[in-house]
Amino acid sequence: MSQSRKTLLLGAVAYDPKVVTIWEGFRDFFAAHELDFDVVLFTNYERQVLAHLDGAVDVAWNSPLAWLQFEAAAARRGRAAAAIAMRDSDRDLSSYIVVREGGGVGSLAELRGKTIAVGASDSPQATMIPLQLLREQGLQPGRDVEVRRFDVLVGKHGDHIGGERDAARALMAGEVAAACMIDGNHLLFAREGVLPAGSTKVLAQTPPYDHCNFSVFAELQDDPRLRRFVELLLGMSYADAAVRPLMDLEGLKQWLPGRISGYAQLERACAATSALAPLLALAEGLP
Amino acid sequence: MSDAERLVVALGPLGLDDGGEVLLSWRLRTVAAGAQVEVISGRPELAQQGRPWCRALGHGFVEARAHGFVLCKGPAHAARWLGAERAGAVDAHAQGAVVAHPPAHWALAPRGALVEAGTQPLHFALSDRELVWSDDAATLYAQGAAAQWDPATAIPWHERPALAPEIEDAVVQVMTFLIENETAALLVPARFVAQLHPHFREVMQLLALQVADEARHIEVFTRRAALVRGSLGTTSAGGQASLRTLVEEPDFAIAALLLAVLGEGSFLSLLWFLDEHGPDPITRTVARLAARDEARHVAFGLAHLQRHLQHDPALLPRLAAAIHRRHDALAHSAGLNADVFDALVVLAAGSLDPDAIARGHAAVVALAADMDRGRQRRLARLGFGADEAAALSALHTRNFM
Repeated sequence: MSQSRKTLLLGAVAYDPKVVTIWEGFRDFFAAHELDFDVVLFTNYERQVLAHLDGAVDVAWNSPLAWLQFEAAAARRGRAAAAIAMRDSDRDLSSYIVVREGGGVGSLAELRGKTIAVGASDSPQATMIPLQLLREQGLQPGRDVEVRRFDVLVGKHGDHIGGERDAARALMAGEVAAACMIDGNHLLFAREGVLPAGSTKVLAQTPPYDHCNFSVFAELQDDPRLRRFVELLLGMSYADAAVRPLMDLEGLKQWLPGRISGYAQLERACAATSALAPLLALAEGLP
Repeated sequence: MSDAERLVVALGPLGLDDGGEVLLSWRLRTVAAGAQVEVISGRPELAQQGRPWCRALGHGFVEARAHGFVLCKGPAHAARWLGAERAGAVDAHAQGAVVAHPPAHWALAPRGALVEAGTQPLHFALSDRELVWSDDAATLYAQGAAAQWDPATAIPWHERPALAPEIEDAVVQVMTFLIENETAALLVPARFVAQLHPHFREVMQLLALQVADEARHIEVFTRRAALVRGSLGTTSAGGQASLRTLVEEPDFAIAALLLAVLGEGSFLSLLWFLDEHGPDPITRTVARLAARDEARHVAFGLAHLQRHLQHDPALLPRLAAAIHRRHDALAHSAGLNADVFDALVVLAAGSLDPDAIARGHAAVVALAADMDRGRQRRLARLGFGADEAAALSALHTRNFM
């Protein structure tokens, strides 16, 4: 954390226009509680991680992949990273590999030689973690199973769900044998009519994993401004009409303490695909 | 918690993607936060749906079961309605139903609804009960709604008039004048209804009905005007100047006085005049039906001004000043379009015969006197003394409206 800077700066990725509403609203909330706080918006997570490493922001609202990127790059500099808070809805998510009901695919093994649709290439939930599940079940993506990517807004780490929706549409159009999506979107797409109720079944699901977190350099966790930031987050109540609309927009009912026990599957996926290498190479170039 | 103590919600054949979620939410309202609920259905993937559903709504997902799952109800639903407030009451006669100053954050909430705290404020310029409310509004609205007539069937359009050219000309000219005036009478309530706090539902409905009334009047007057000739008469700069002062009046009470009490009040006399002297059944019918609607508009204008004056007697001199101001503003304009005056005389005369014209002229002079008496009567009902009412009535625009 920059000691010369009075304002606590948070980095967030603008994957949707609502991000501006959310963080301007939270900024007002922090200001009302006398925390000098501001937000820097980035167009992609890689830019945000690099800026964070460079000290341009003090805390970053990171996707799970951005968390691993930050953690790995910080480690190379001999620094530890910490996750200080997350949403209740960031815990224990699961990704589904979905097939058409009656489509003739009854097990993962039967996907061999077929095509599976995934979301954006950097989406942990719609691409990286489910493909890792296939690998761990003996199916090598690209060799045993053809992968069709729906790359919508790369750099947003799948926060924009357009890629997942396109993958689901391809499944229903019969263009692919299976599609990957996060569990909540399986429900959402059913409600939207993209996946009519009863038309699909879950062929496989990943073990639970965690999603976003507020990441910081570990040695700065005890900075009074960061402590206050976490204290205010954890104290935020869904009963408070001033913040409830923001919590609705951000998709949570309660902020919880950060934890890093839910990223092992993604870590293995990154290791299998060298997914962290490009960011680490860029980070090497930083002063 | 043992299985026996849990509420069990059976969704039948439904999942959480085809309506089962509605049933489940409904049943969850009956249990307190922290209670465990078992959800079962015939859908094998129910537990797979339950986990993300619970996460999104802030319920705890306790465990998957063979035919469903167990959840722990979260506090979010109750938290959302903490601090919600009731926006008055639906029945206007109930104690406290219509509040004096409905807050901006009730916004578009129907009166009587439970409003979630944190609703974004929507600011309405007219949100003072004493300024806009009338206890008669509901009754007048109901009468108005019941008295709606269908322009297609209520007018004997099949009785196509075959009048002498000068009489048809007179009808066209008077209809042109009516259309112009009714356009102003449409725009004034239309502007105010958009500024009115929806808490005053009956007033909002009544103003909207007035707008609809005027739209219908404009339709039938236009149709009669163009029925034979296919073209309209003249509109004068002086007449338009007079109407402009109505349309531009920003004050609700003053607009009600100038438009409803004085303008539409005078118009009532004019429409009755046309009902009497109209040369064909169509002209007489459109005038009669429009007069019925206008009488309601006048009644509402009078009713809410009387209420306003009870709470704010200082309004009376402001109203008088407004009449003076409008008179001064129009002092240098020509007033009534001379073509309209002539047309009214010809209509009452029924021909261009000098004797008939003399009768027609006398009838129009009597019409002006009748309008004056009506204005004085209504001004007196607002609380003006007889002399002041007479003086103020005399200042009314020569354009009638």
